Amino acid sequence: MAQAYSPGLTVTDSIVLKKDRILPLKGKVLVKKGDKVKAEDFVAETLLPGNVVPFNLANKLGVPVDIVNEYLRIKAGDQLKKGDVIAETKGFLGLFKTTIKSPLDGEVENISSVTGQLLLREPRIPVQVKAFIDGVVVDVVENEGVIIENKSAYIQGIFGIGGETTGEIKVLAASGEDIIDAKSVDDSCKGKVIVCGSMIPYDVVKKAQKVGVAGIISGGIDDRDLKKLLGYDIGVAITGHENIGLTIVVTEGFGKIKMAKKTYELLKTFNGHKASIHGFTQIRAGVMRPEIIIPIKFKEEELTEPEARMSTLEIGTTIRVIRQPNFGLIGKVTGLPEKLTSVESETMVRILEAELENGEKLTIPRANVEVIED
Amino acid sequence: MSQKLNKIIATDCGSTTTKSILIEYIDGEYRQTVRGEAPTTVEKPLNDVTRGVINAVTELVELARLKYNDDSIQFIKDGTVWISEKEGEGVDAYVSTSSAGGGLQMMVTGVVAKMTGESAERAALGAGAIVMDLIASNDKRANYEKIERIRQLRPDMILMAGGVDGGTTKHVAEMAELVGAADPKPRLGSSYKLPIIYAGNTSARDIINDILKEKTDLIITDNLRPKLESENLGPARDKIHDLFMEHVMAQAPGYNKLMGWVKGPKDGKLVNIPIMPTPAAVGNIMQTIAKVNDIEVLGVDIGGATTDVFSVFTKDKVFNRTVSANLGMSYSISNVLATAGLENILRWVPFDIDESGLRNMIKNKMIRPTTIPQQLEELVLEQAIAKEALKYAFIQHKEFAVGLKGAQKQREISEAFSQSTSGATVVNMMTLNLLVGSGGVMSHAPRRNQSAMMLIDSFQPEGITRLAVDSIFMMPQLGVLAEIDEKAATEVFDKDCLIYLGTCVASVGKMKPDKVALSAKIELPNGEVFEENIKFGEIRLLPCGVGETAKATLKPGRGLDIGEGKGQEIQTELHGGVTGIILDTRGRRPFVLPVDASERVPLLKKWMKELKAYPEEILK
Repeated sequence: MAQAYSPGLTVTDSIVLKKDRILPLKGKVLVKKGDKVKAEDFVAETLLPGNVVPFNLANKLGVPVDIVNEYLRIKAGDQLKKGDVIAETKGFLGLFKTTIKSPLDGEVENISSVTGQLLLREPRIPVQVKAFIDGVVVDVVENEGVIIENKSAYIQGIFGIGGETTGEIKVLAASGEDIIDAKSVDDSCKGKVIVCGSMIPYDVVKKAQKVGVAGIISGGIDDRDLKKLLGYDIGVAITGHENIGLTIVVTEGFGKIKMAKKTYELLKTFNGHKASIHGFTQIRAGVMRPEIIIPIKFKEEELTEPEARMSTLEIGTTIRVIRQPNFGLIGKVTGLPEKLTSVESETMVRILEAELENGEKLTIPRANVEVIED
Repeated sequence: MSQKLNKIIATDCGSTTTKSILIEYIDGEYRQTVRGEAPTTVEKPLNDVTRGVINAVTELVELARLKYNDDSIQFIKDGTVWISEKEGEGVDAYVSTSSAGGGLQMMVTGVVAKMTGESAERAALGAGAIVMDLIASNDKRANYEKIERIRQLRPDMILMAGGVDGGTTKHVAEMAELVGAADPKPRLGSSYKLPIIYAGNTSARDIINDILKEKTDLIITDNLRPKLESENLGPARDKIHDLFMEHVMAQAPGYNKLMGWVKGPKDGKLVNIPIMPTPAAVGNIMQTIAKVNDIEVLGVDIGGATTDVFSVFTKDKVFNRTVSANLGMSYSISNVLATAGLENILRWVPFDIDESGLRNMIKNKMIRPTTIPQQLEELVLEQAIAKEALKYAFIQHKEFAVGLKGAQKQREISEAFSQSTSGATVVNMMTLNLLVGSGGVMSHAPRRNQSAMMLIDSFQPEGITRLAVDSIFMMPQLGVLAEIDEKAATEVFDKDCLIYLGTCVASVGKMKPDKVALSAKIELPNGEVFEENIKFGEIRLLPCGVGETAKATLKPGRGLDIGEGKGQEIQTELHGGVTGIILDTRGRRPFVLPVDASERVPLLKKWMKELKAYPEEILK
C-alpha cells in the first residue's frame, strides 16, 4: 500500500464554504434564501426563557405551607412588576400585616402547595445570531436559522481562544519565523486581525488588548504566557468562550514554531482584506478547529461544495512534523514502508521516510505528521 | 436454533473507532481469533453508525479468509451482520456496545448529597453513565444556582432519588420543582421530552407525578435507597439501560438500524440483545470474573479523555465504578498537569527538563492527540504523567467506593476501638487479588515492564497481587457477550483478553533503609532458588513466565505486613507473567519519594534499572 490516511489542516487560497448559523432555541429567521449578507448582519433571533428565581413564600410569610393560598394576591401566569404585592397576611385588627413584594419584573411561573415555594421567571433574554461570513443565504431552516455559503481563502488553525470576530488582515511579521515586539502593535492595528510569526509573546498580546486589536494569528504561543493571559491553566481542550477582548488563532502549536510558509504567504497575499476568524477548538468527538476565513469574489454558479475527503499520505505529499524531534519542520514523503519499525522510544510503529526542507532525510512515525495540502 | 454458539461477532462502537472481534469455539474452548477495526461513522458526512460496523466486520471477513485460507467465509449478507441458523454460515450471534457520541451523560439528584445523592450517583455510574453533576437539597448552592446549573447542562437523562420509603416528601418535592422550573432539554434532538427516572421515596410518587409529568418524560421505579441501611440500585440501573436504548441510542444516527442487528440465542430462541453502554459492559465482565473465580478485582481504563476505575471488593463482591472525567492522556492531558502540579509529575522523571518545554509538550499532545512519543525522554514523561493521572483517578475511586453513609450499625468492641465509621472505603489493597490495566498508554507501552511499573507506582498494591493488562481492550465486547454466554466470555477473558504481567509482593509499613524489609526464598521455574534478605527501599525482578508458578516463602521485616499480619511469614505460590515476579520493599502507607532531586533521581534510576523499564542509556 503506497498511501495511507492521515489528518491534516486545510490551508487554501480558494474553497467553497458552508456555515450553519442556527439558534440555540427555535425563533425567527430574519433573512430569506438568496439574500446576500455581510458578516455583521443578524440572520436570526429568538428569546431565551428568563432565569427562574425561587422564593420560599411560606417561610417569608411565617405561615404553614397548607394555608399559603389564603394570603396570595397572584396566580400562576400573572405578569409582575418589581414591588407588586405578591402576598399579604391579615394581621391583627388590620395591623402587623406581613407584606411580600415581588423582587423583580417578570412572570409567576408556579406556586407549590407542597413546599410553599413560589417560582418567578425573569423577562425573556433576546439572542441574535450574526452571519459571521460575507456570503449568500443558500438555505433557510424554518424557525431555526440559515445556511450561508461563500468562496474564501481559508486557513484552519490548530488551537485558538476567543469567539467569532471580523477585521482587516494586517501582516506585522516580516516572515513566518519572525517574532514581533510590542512596539509594532500601534493604534493602526485597532479593529484589525494582526499576523505575527513564530510566536506571540505575552507583552505583545497585552499591547494588542490595549489598542483594541480584533484578532491575532500566530505560529506558536508559549503555554506559560497563555496561563498568564487567562489566569488559569487550560484543562481540557474546549476553548472559544474566553473573554479576553480579542481572538487568538495559533496555526502550528505550543512553543516557538515557524508559521508554515504557505500559511504566511497566503495571509500576506490577503493583507488588507476582511477576515472572519474564531478560536473555537474542540479535540474530541466532533472535532472543531479555529478558522480564518477571507471571503473572495465569486459568481453564484461557482458555489459547488467540494466532496468531503480525507487527506492521504503518498510519495511526494507535503507534510509537517507535529512532534519532537523536528517539531514544526516541513518535508516531502519519499517512502512509505509497510513494516512496523522500532523508533528511539522502542515503540513499534508504522513509519514514513521524508526529506525535510533543509535537505535532511529521516524516518518519522506516521502518527507524528500532518498532511499539508498543496 | 441450537444453544451452542460456534461463531460470535462482537463490536464496540467507540467515539473514534469501531472495534470488532470474532470469537470461535475451537477444540472444546472459546477463543478470540480475529480482530478488525474501522473509523466510527456517527458524524458527518456519513451519519450512520452501521457503516463503521460493516467496515469493521468486513475487515474481520478479510482477515478470517486469510487466516483459514478460505474465500467462502462471509459474515455479511444483505448489508447486515449475517446471523444464520445453518451450520457453517454467517455467525450465531452478534452483540455490541457503544460509547459513540460521548456515551451516556446523566445528571442525578438526591436529598442529602452523601446519602441518597451518593446512592443515585452509584446507580448512574454503575449503569455506565458519566455523571455531569449531583444536585442535592443540602449541597450549599442557592436554589437559583441549582436551577441555572440544570438548565446549562443538557444531560441525556436525569435520575432523581431522595428520601427513604415513608419518610418526608417535602425535600424531594422541592427538588422536583427545581427540575421542573429549569425545564431541562435533552442533549440530542429537541423533538422529545427529557427522560427523568424517579427512584426516591415511594410516598412522594403522586407529588412528583403532578410536578413533572407534563414537562418531562417521567418514569417511576423502586426507591434506590428504601432504607438508610440498604441500597436497591438494580431497578434504577435497568431503567437507565432501557432509556439509553429507547432515547439516547435512538437519537444517534444509524442506531435504530443497529438495534435491529444485535441478536443471539437465549433460552432456545433468537432474541434481540440490547446494545450496552461500553463502561457498563466492562463492569459486567469485571463482576463476572470476580464471581466465577471468587477474587477481588481492580481495573482501570485510561483513555485520552477520561479514566474509568472499576472494582469488586469484599466477600459480597461489591461493585463500584468511577469515571474521572477530566483525567486522560490526550484530550485531558493538560488537566492532569493542572490537577497534579508540575512537581508531582517530575518526581517520576529520572532526568532534568525545563518547565516551559514540558508545558508546551503537554499542550501539543492535547491539540494533536494521536501523536506518539518518538523520543525516549518523551515516553518517560508520558508515563510519568500517566502515573499521576492513575493516582488521582484511584484516589477519587477510593473516596467513592464506600459503605453506606448514614446507616445505623451495631458495632463490635474492636470496631469501636478502630474508629471505623459508616462510609469507610471498601477498597482494600491488601486483600486485592488482581489488578488490570488498560488503555493506550498501558496496552501500547513498548515494554510490558513499563506497564507493570505504572500500575505499581500509581496503585501501590499491598501484599501479594497479580498484575495484568488488557491486550487490545476487548473487555467491553466480552461484557456484553457475558449477557448471553458467560462461559464463552470468561474463557476468552482468561485466554486472550488478559496478558498477565506477573505478581507484585509489597510489604506494608515503613522502616529505616538499612533494615531488612522482606526475607524471600523463591524456587523459580528455571530451577534456580532466589534467596535474599531484601533491605527497605529496593525492588527485585525475578524471571517467571506466563503460566509458570514459583513456590515462595516470604517473611516481612519487623513491623511490616504482607497479608498475614505484622512480621508474619507466608508460604504461597506466585504466578508469573511476561514481566515476572516483582518484590517491592519501597514501603507502603506511606510510600515516600525524596523531595530533593539529588536523592530521588538515583533511586528512580536504580528501580527502573532493576525493573528493566527503560534502555540503560537513559538511566546512566
